[in-house]
Amino acid sequence: MTDRELAGGVIELEIPARAEFVALARLVVSALASSDSTLADERIDDLKLAVSEACTNAIEAHDAAGSVERVLVRCQAGTDALEVCVEDRGHGFDPSDLPDHPPVTDPDRLKFERGLGIPLIRALVDEVEFSPTEEGTSVRLVMRLGPNGAGPS
Amino acid sequence: MDLGLDVEERDGFAVLSVRGEVDVYTAPRFRERLIELVSEGKHRIIVDLEGVDFLDSTGLGVLVGGLKRLRSHDGDLLLVCTQSRILKVFEITGLTKVFSIHDSVDAAVGGGSDGGATT
Repeated sequence: MTDRELAGGVIELEIPARAEFVALARLVVSALASSDSTLADERIDDLKLAVSEACTNAIEAHDAAGSVERVLVRCQAGTDALEVCVEDRGHGFDPSDLPDHPPVTDPDRLKFERGLGIPLIRALVDEVEFSPTEEGTSVRLVMRLGPNGAGPS
Repeated sequence: MDLGLDVEERDGFAVLSVRGEVDVYTAPRFRERLIELVSEGKHRIIVDLEGVDFLDSTGLGVLVGGLKRLRSHDGDLLLVCTQSRILKVFEITGLTKVFSIHDSVDAAVGGGSDGGATT
């Protein structure tokens, strides 16, 4: 199979909303990303980390909502971008409601052990979109392929 | 998925070497091990991340929590890390300014700034 035969192909993975399955989601996404030779290893690592963060948030949302539904990870390899959608069926959340962390020079910064996931996602992928769905939240991560995929601006 | 957590003493420091992937599944074991060390009276801890293949924000959370706990005991938590893909996670989140990050356990034990400041 050549890279371009993958174009338009969709791979869907449903994982139980449990912590041990986040590694599986990372594995599937990085294997798919590796099959596109235009995506540099460093960018594959970035996507893998973003997927890990999105799946972690999804699982925590399910925990909080007491949901036993699965988390859906959908990967779509297009000709100019690789997209990964992580859909949860927990309570929705508003990413703009996240508290700002104190500056790192402030000793109070150490009070924040959580909340680093979304800033990481934003820094790692070319595009990210959080959308409410009927059942929860969908997080769409986009990595542009080829020469334009130089990293987030 | 395996997470390796080995501890050895080194010149008054407890060196906790972490191996494998640190994520939402493995982070609780990492957190417990750090808390155990602190409650055993080990207040100067070096966390060696050279064997870590993957670390996400849950792993960062464990380290931030560990540093906070140790500082409340007048202790310290130093990191050893030279892998660019792991350092990147600290850089993006600004945590390179919070942690003292060294190139080797020797450099961390030496306490000098020679091997540190991988910013």
